[in-house]
Amino acid sequence: MNWLEGYRSRELCEALMSEIRQLAAQPLRFMEVCGGHTMAIRKFGIPSLLPETISLLSGPGCPVCVTGRAFIDQAIYLSGLEETVVCTFGDLIRVRGTDASLEKARAEGKQIRIVFSSLDAVELAKKNPEKKIVFLGVGFETTAPGTAAAILKANREGVKNFSVLSAHKLMPPAMEGIISEGIPIDGYICPGHVSTITGTKMYHPIVENFGIGCVVSGFEPLDLLQSILMLVKQVVKRKPKVEIQYSRAVKPEGNPEAQKIMREVFEPADEWWRGLGVLSYSGLKPNRKYREFDTREVFELPDFREIEPNGCLCGEILKGLKTPHQCVLFGKACTPSNPVGACMVSSEGACQTWYTYEGKN
Amino acid sequence: MKEKTDRILLSHGSGGSLMHDLIRELFVRHFDNPILGKESDSALLQAGSSNIAFTTDSFVVDPIFFPGGDIGKLAVCGTINDLVAAGARPHCLSAGFILEEGFPMQALERIVESMAEVAKLAEVFIATGDTKVVEKGKCDKIFINTSGIGFFSQRDVPLLSKETIGPGDQLIITGFLGDHGMAVMAARNQLEHAISFQSDCAPLNILLEEILNVDSGIKFMRDPTRGGLATTLCEIASGSTFGIKIFEDQIPVRPSVKGLCDIFGFDPLYVANEGKMLIVAKKGREQNILEILKKNPLGKNAAIIGEVTRENKGWVTLVTSIGGTRIVNMLSGEQLPRIC
Repeated sequence: MNWLEGYRSRELCEALMSEIRQLAAQPLRFMEVCGGHTMAIRKFGIPSLLPETISLLSGPGCPVCVTGRAFIDQAIYLSGLEETVVCTFGDLIRVRGTDASLEKARAEGKQIRIVFSSLDAVELAKKNPEKKIVFLGVGFETTAPGTAAAILKANREGVKNFSVLSAHKLMPPAMEGIISEGIPIDGYICPGHVSTITGTKMYHPIVENFGIGCVVSGFEPLDLLQSILMLVKQVVKRKPKVEIQYSRAVKPEGNPEAQKIMREVFEPADEWWRGLGVLSYSGLKPNRKYREFDTREVFELPDFREIEPNGCLCGEILKGLKTPHQCVLFGKACTPSNPVGACMVSSEGACQTWYTYEGKN
Repeated sequence: MKEKTDRILLSHGSGGSLMHDLIRELFVRHFDNPILGKESDSALLQAGSSNIAFTTDSFVVDPIFFPGGDIGKLAVCGTINDLVAAGARPHCLSAGFILEEGFPMQALERIVESMAEVAKLAEVFIATGDTKVVEKGKCDKIFINTSGIGFFSQRDVPLLSKETIGPGDQLIITGFLGDHGMAVMAARNQLEHAISFQSDCAPLNILLEEILNVDSGIKFMRDPTRGGLATTLCEIASGSTFGIKIFEDQIPVRPSVKGLCDIFGFDPLYVANEGKMLIVAKKGREQNILEILKKNPLGKNAAIIGEVTRENKGWVTLVTSIGGTRIVNMLSGEQLPRIC
């Protein structure tokens, strides 16, 4: 198997598309809830190949996009404290808080470092015992085990100057939140990487309670087209179910070891989502046993309020209610160089993928 | 409405839209003159009856030694290639060095030797130079600036110009894309031994001299360095009366580069090259140009990758490998700081 080109075969893609075209007579709306999918769909030009009856909506699947401004404000506040260094993954660096982004704060001399792994932040803490190292824990179930591993390592090795400012989020509450808001969708293209960790058990309530099909998809064009075909077939047969298209990576039971360390370190917490507001038990924070690694326990943080910028439609876009082109700021006041909303910051955000792959209008 | 930043961000040096804004709204505005206003890689000057191309470039690549080259070779090739892109024959260069206190003499000699070697190969000479040393920690090892002067063929060859580009023109790239960016990336991440990546860093006058001395049908050239092919194409299409269409499955990219790009989340179209030229050729002349390029080792993987269209004015569109269509836009933000 050629892992690079094998999943990009034009002949096989055409075969799948012809079957999709035959079956998709009625209008269908499928939502992807993974930034990687949002990007791959646009990058390969998949919408231009689908019949007009099928709409693909981008849901709240990009961790950067759903993270609140107040979280960035907190991070910038911490980076300005004496002997405190904030460590973050690179994709968060350009997201705006209420006044500034981490990138700007860094240019002003605030202590902000980009790391490629949560464990790098622990290493930094070990090398600089006089400094307090704060790691920004962002992401869904995919990155949460990495943060948990860092906390466990810090605990094991007695690293006292390391803590996590957690904005980790859980996927199912957001997927249910979308449906509860009455947003009409006919199926979920479920996140591939999240599901490698969680498995598929968590999607069953969505099928059982709401009658909406869930297909876990890979990230190559053949994966996505096959997942769309599987969803179309479910709708046509009126048999919504949980299916795994991405079987080369995802098992129904997921990754038990990763689930174990997540359970060991974290407990569910209420969490704010852009577009959806506060959802009960939709986030993760270090539990009582590991509270000394919870930045919110270690530092006294001022109360920052969530204020969304005027005119920004990120919240509506993240729910699939609006497309980026319907936002008056899009491509004018809000561009990837000068993003107003978070969806324009991340390369996996709906607005940036539209800007990059579909143009200004 | 553009937000003013009161400090320089790394993104200002990415070769993307923020850098273009900085150039237009600060440098061009203050240095205001018709030659700079053309915003070409080389300035075209008149000296008596002949035309001269003049260009400058600074190099801050990290690491300073990478598979296939080093900061010195890069500094010489980069300026040569900017002159070649203007259609000029490179003549001589200047070399300015900013050195950090404590920098090993042996490393400096290795870099200077490599500059001398590639200059000799390309038949240019380094005519003047400058040396500055700053305290330890005030610059990172070594930065090099090179400027260059090139002459135009005395024969009756039209000057290359973006204004001559029109629908039907064909796009040629002289070889595999993304080699330089991924070689540097691999070296930074200690991956260079796992898979062999080589920078394509090379002086392109050796490849293009033969074609440039005759009226071969070349209308315009650009070396797609920082920001890659995509940025170069966007610069050509932006504000023009034509569109550009390229075909993903005809764009040469090595499987190893494609693979590493996928791992890092990069698009090879945006990855830097240091030994490639994008050529816009008059329709009907492209096969002839391609044949000549392919005879040279530096051009053996050259390919026709697209065309200039009447549709989608001002935009670059890509037909993806699976037959979908999407646009190709300017890079924003920092993809790979200090790639050259």
